[in-house]
Amino acid sequence: MSTVERLTVFKTYKLYVGGKFPRSESGRVYEVKKATSAAGAAGKANWLANAPLSSRKDARDAVVAARKAQAGWAGATAYNRGQVLYRVAEMLEGRRDQFVREVADAEGISKSKAAAQVDAAIDRWVWYAGWTDKIAQVVGGANPVAGPYFNLSTPEPTGVVAVLAPQKSSFLGLVSVIAPVIATGNTAVVIASEERPLPALSLGEVLATSDVPGGVVNILSGRTSEIATPLAAHQDVNAIDLTGADGDADLARDLEIAAADNLKRVRRPQAVDTDWTTDPGTDRLTSFLETKTVWHPTGSLGATGSAY
Amino acid sequence: MTFEYAPAPESRSVVDIAPSYGLFIDGEFAEAADGKVFKTISPATEEVLSEVAQAGEADVDRAVKAARKAFEKWSALPGSERAKYLFRIARIIQERSRELAVLETLDNGKPIRETRDADLPLVAAHFFYYAGWADKLDHAGYGPNPEPLGVAGQVIPWNFPLLMLAWKIAPALATGNTVVLKPAETTPLSALFFADICRQAGLPKGVVNILPGYGDTGAALTAHPDVNKVAFTGSTAVGKAIARQVAGTDKKVTLELGGKGANIVFDDAPIDQAVEGIVTGIFFNQGQVCCAGSRLLVQESIQDELLDSLKRRLSTLRLGDPLDKNTDIGAINSAEQLARITALAETGEAEGAERWSPQCELPSTGYWFAPTLFTNVTQAHTIARDEIFGPVLSVLSFRTPEEAVAKANNTQYGLSAGIWTEKGSRILAVANKLRAGVVWANTFNKFDPTSPFGGYKESGFGREGGRHGLEAYLAPSSEASVK
Repeated sequence: MSTVERLTVFKTYKLYVGGKFPRSESGRVYEVKKATSAAGAAGKANWLANAPLSSRKDARDAVVAARKAQAGWAGATAYNRGQVLYRVAEMLEGRRDQFVREVADAEGISKSKAAAQVDAAIDRWVWYAGWTDKIAQVVGGANPVAGPYFNLSTPEPTGVVAVLAPQKSSFLGLVSVIAPVIATGNTAVVIASEERPLPALSLGEVLATSDVPGGVVNILSGRTSEIATPLAAHQDVNAIDLTGADGDADLARDLEIAAADNLKRVRRPQAVDTDWTTDPGTDRLTSFLETKTVWHPTGSLGATGSAY
Repeated sequence: MTFEYAPAPESRSVVDIAPSYGLFIDGEFAEAADGKVFKTISPATEEVLSEVAQAGEADVDRAVKAARKAFEKWSALPGSERAKYLFRIARIIQERSRELAVLETLDNGKPIRETRDADLPLVAAHFFYYAGWADKLDHAGYGPNPEPLGVAGQVIPWNFPLLMLAWKIAPALATGNTVVLKPAETTPLSALFFADICRQAGLPKGVVNILPGYGDTGAALTAHPDVNKVAFTGSTAVGKAIARQVAGTDKKVTLELGGKGANIVFDDAPIDQAVEGIVTGIFFNQGQVCCAGSRLLVQESIQDELLDSLKRRLSTLRLGDPLDKNTDIGAINSAEQLARITALAETGEAEGAERWSPQCELPSTGYWFAPTLFTNVTQAHTIARDEIFGPVLSVLSFRTPEEAVAKANNTQYGLSAGIWTEKGSRILAVANKLRAGVVWANTFNKFDPTSPFGGYKESGFGREGGRHGLEAYLAPSSEASVK
């Protein structure tokens, strides 16, 4: 009896927009290859998959989906958002092996190193899940104004945030930029790492099964500059995180200039070799928050203010 | 019935304005490198108050260098010592507040009642408030040992000259930064008097530098490569230009820009109080306020009643000599601003809105604009969309709270809003939905140094006031933790 090796089923990687998995409307794809150092096993093919090469139209569609989802997500209770983010961690834990494989291929690192990245990414979802109902007390509160007024400052989400995911850290870096944006009630249009998009596209599948409402996170793959340019200029995008423009100062500057047109909040790129395993702090959470301050007269009881 | 008032002018003798002023750089007053000067006038009388040196690029460079040199020692001072300088400044401002109030009224045109009762007390309070932060920054929530940014280039508007200076300089100094500040070209005097206060307080040379000038001076300052922080209050157009200018640099930016605030009056609102709030909202400082309640949204069922009361109230407003203690409406700050307001009001008429002003005699010299209401205004009208920055109120109506919120938010801006209703849950629900940085419920135009102020959307970013106001002048916590 001859042994026929079973032919594996390839996955068609697709975008994640509005809770659905479309191909690029342009019909374009591009080849995603193993990081070069990962092709150490000589003779193995470098080709991993054909990823959608998103167009400007895909970017605009993603903004429409993100805007549609924004009010509902911001209006959900912080407790609810926390549970949803925790659910993402639960779903990821179940698909840990898949992500370890994808991260190892994407980044050209060993399985054990990739496992450490994936574990840290899962833990990061848990960290941000816990933040949803705490950040308001940390950054907001009552202000002791010099007059008979109740005065309260509370943080609110900025709105729709375009996120350029880091180019190198395909998964831990990705999670580290998405989770803080949505934890506070923003919705996101995420541009995956240009050369390492597959873990991001797979994350879409996890989000779709984690009670994250469709449109809260939208994930696009393709050329970062091609997708980021229309997003930076888009009048219905409120903020842009330029993390993934790391290593391309000209692109970062051009995007910041375009973003000025409707005064988007801009988070400038950080160092290319950022160590994503360190304690993230609250910096990314607060980058995409607005502070609203509400005043109301307090009045007083009794003419002397002493009667209760 | 009309009331006759005897004139009750505040005395000008409490302020001594010199015939000319220099730039204030490195603790000394100096002429501009190119010798340029400009005149500052009283907008109420068009009388020339003084001649002021006009800073050019060379002066900007010299001031930034002075601030850079001063930064080393200033930032290394214990916070408790920096605090004491700021407390000194706060106290000197309190001592000289009548003088400064009269000066501000002369240079700006706003009523003495406002400079005396609002501007100056808030200026002193702001310095007093941030003084207390200087030695408590470790506890402000920006990580341990938060660090200053360096030299702050600050550009301020003419509507609250000294108050905007306080909003900029107090947090900058408390956090250990040094400052180069450009006051507006129509109102440079109070900033130059403040320079004298810095000298009286013994503030080290170069920590505060004041460069009067026009827009090009401001642009040179914000563009200077050795400026680490840019803070601007002014128009949205200039704010966007600054945002483009600093793109790709490491400069930290905060912008406090225009607004088109909605003042929403529901059918259960106490009418008399709402009328007072509407008047405060749009006629305070002749409406030259970025957070003015320039759009009145009134629930249809009470529109007629409210407008009748409002018109009655507007008929009692007294417009005239800003130094008169009974004056409610002072002069418009400049001929240029008056022309802008006039043009927008004419556009309002041309587009079909109905214009109304109370009987109101305007002085024959100076820049004046009568309090003005527009009814039959739709959301498409220019006067419902563009910031007028003058005493002009556009009245729109609504039927449901949802419609009120939709109309209130239908603007590129997001600075302020007002809500008038006796129903607590409605206040909270509406406040929650408004995309605005400051929401006044059953009050309007209240300010306090402890209360963060700043906009959503194209009204800018960053907050001034309160613990939040420190962030603009501190390195981000991620950077600080690396150091």
